[in-house]
Amino acid sequence: MSAVKEFKLSQYQSELEKIIRNYEEDEFSLLEVLHEAQELVGYLPKEVQKIIADELQVAPGKVSSVISFYNHFSDSPKGEYQVAICKGTACYVKGSKEIIEKIEEKYGISSGETTEDGKLSLEVVRCLGACGLSPVMTVNGKAHGLLNPEKATKIIDKYLNNEMKEV
Amino acid sequence: MSQETVKMFIDDEEIEVESDLTVLEAARQMGKKIPTLCYLKDKNVIGACRVCLIEVENTGKLAASCITPVAEDLRIQTNTKRVRETRKMNLEFLLSNHDIECPTCLSNEECDLRQIAEELGVREIRFEGQKSSFEKDSSTPSIFRDPEKCILCRRCESICRDVQSVQAINADGRGFDTVISTTFFDDLMESPCVFCGQCTLVCPTGAITEIEYIDDVWEVLGDPNKHVVVQTAPAVRIALSEAFGGDAGEICTGKMVGALKKLGFDKVYDTNFTADLTIMEEGTELIERIKNDGELPLFTSCSPGWIKFIEQYYPEYLDNLSSCKSPQQMFGSLVNSYYQEREDIDKKDISVVSIMPCTAKKFEAQREEMAGDVDYVLTTRELARMIKQAGLNLNDLEESEYDQLMGESTGAGAIFGSTGGVMEAALRTAYELITGEELAEIDFDVLRGFDGVKTAAVNIGGLEVKVAVAHGLANARKVFEMIKNGETFHFVEFMACPGGCLGGGGQPLKATEEVMQKRMEAIYEIDKNKKLRKSHENPYIKKIYEEYLDHPGSHLAHQLLHTEYVQR
Repeated sequence: MSAVKEFKLSQYQSELEKIIRNYEEDEFSLLEVLHEAQELVGYLPKEVQKIIADELQVAPGKVSSVISFYNHFSDSPKGEYQVAICKGTACYVKGSKEIIEKIEEKYGISSGETTEDGKLSLEVVRCLGACGLSPVMTVNGKAHGLLNPEKATKIIDKYLNNEMKEV
Repeated sequence: MSQETVKMFIDDEEIEVESDLTVLEAARQMGKKIPTLCYLKDKNVIGACRVCLIEVENTGKLAASCITPVAEDLRIQTNTKRVRETRKMNLEFLLSNHDIECPTCLSNEECDLRQIAEELGVREIRFEGQKSSFEKDSSTPSIFRDPEKCILCRRCESICRDVQSVQAINADGRGFDTVISTTFFDDLMESPCVFCGQCTLVCPTGAITEIEYIDDVWEVLGDPNKHVVVQTAPAVRIALSEAFGGDAGEICTGKMVGALKKLGFDKVYDTNFTADLTIMEEGTELIERIKNDGELPLFTSCSPGWIKFIEQYYPEYLDNLSSCKSPQQMFGSLVNSYYQEREDIDKKDISVVSIMPCTAKKFEAQREEMAGDVDYVLTTRELARMIKQAGLNLNDLEESEYDQLMGESTGAGAIFGSTGGVMEAALRTAYELITGEELAEIDFDVLRGFDGVKTAAVNIGGLEVKVAVAHGLANARKVFEMIKNGETFHFVEFMACPGGCLGGGGQPLKATEEVMQKRMEAIYEIDKNKKLRKSHENPYIKKIYEEYLDHPGSHLAHQLLHTEYVQR
């Protein structure tokens, strides 16, 4: 397992260092670097965290602490299709809880998890800033609104069956 | 008063206070007692626990007094019904997710949480909900972690980050899922923790404590085939009485020795003796390095927290570390050689116990390269508990004397327990060994006190010997910065804990600045009252070289008293 990861890391190493070089070597750069690193790798595995800690000269514990605080950052690989479903006040009132339960039941994953085949991951988030579309979810960044449980799973299925194009 | 002041009211009483205070500080100046859990003066001021709430009449709001600045005309109430009930409720919330097992908890009597619950009159916990579930961590020989008792006050995290610059533990997650944990949830043993135990001193509950070895020590004491030898570190005798209601800085050497004899130790010896021996070996090493263009500066090697720190963060300087074992390890090594041969006791029947102000000493005793020298290490706190378990009260005990052979020490050995002490002791001996003249002014005041980094230049026989002293590991980093920026030193003393061993992670809890000051005064008091104050004048040190070790730095001395280090 680790051999695969090492291999992966070496793929990103130089790109990662390039990102870090654009910033000051201190902890105030940490958030920006984490954003770009996650964009690059897709998630923030330990190895990446260690490189960032090393280069920015902050304790590895600080890096993992920040990552664990923000929902946006993930230290485990995300699925090919990433569902973020809103549980902010408006969406909640309009029934996002039932949608979440339906997704969890149908695909066997709960928030923060990815299906075993690596296809789908689920994140429950606080307010996507599109309350007019509530209840709303994004799939790989594309918003789908005015949902109900059936509509939501239908959309997800379309992605999984390659019937829905990404934007 | 040159400083700006403000006039304000606390509980309808007008006061004038310095304008840079918080309401908590102002109230305390008036002698008011406001409960606090997360607050740690100058070190952790974050308003997290919400137990120090007060009511601000001007706004009608409740606020955490520890982070509320004083202001002109501010009107504060500290004891209204609303304040009392909200404090109590907040405490109930904390308790609702706390693993309550007071009778079996190591912190029991010492626990701030338990004490404040009593003070606020919490008689029931009205909230029942989900409880955090985290693994206990007993992976190290020094520190035990039980996150289910943690109330997320963040004191340990602050100390580890700001005072020790190690950051072995951090908050992970958010909201209910938050836990203070090692990086990547590794075992503490795999983390950069240096086992200094400063976190155990500030934890307000039983979430971080020392690993106890009391039962193991009872076991060997109860074994008629075991010959159990104990040593006591310099800083234990000036703090132990705190655990028995004594005043800070009370020197209880005689009673402590008496207690150890009552507990059944076969020989009670003094680590101060091997502190004197350390000076002989380390002083010789310094002189040789200066004479032979050796690696300089020489770094002291007594503090095991410091040793792990340099092994991890500054391995390129490992050659600068003195090869001397710490006094604890020298003692253990000598019991298993010098003493064992003299007394003709089978090695397997000897057990060596240390009483240390330190949690890192437990780790040091188990380091591979020195394993077997010392069998069990108890902290000052554990010794206090053991004395109580035996049904004894330190205050009522007869004073007793150390056993001879390794019980005699000088004032130089005594001051090992304070920051600057090892350096001062070394200079006293190095001066006389190099110049052959008697040192006129024996007190090096410039090396004493609580300044984070102290430097001095001492003229020894025409050579300007430059020295530095650092305590607290964040200060150690400062010395490395100085060295990297081109400052040169001959000799640097490092101690992991603020104040040195007197502020060690194994000392009685709740030491205020005043207590630390008193402990330090007591250490120098012991020194002042000693007839002999230089290590090389200790008659038993002379004896051990004459009879056994030959001379400092001899082949046998190297074999028994010196060690090596590893990059981590």
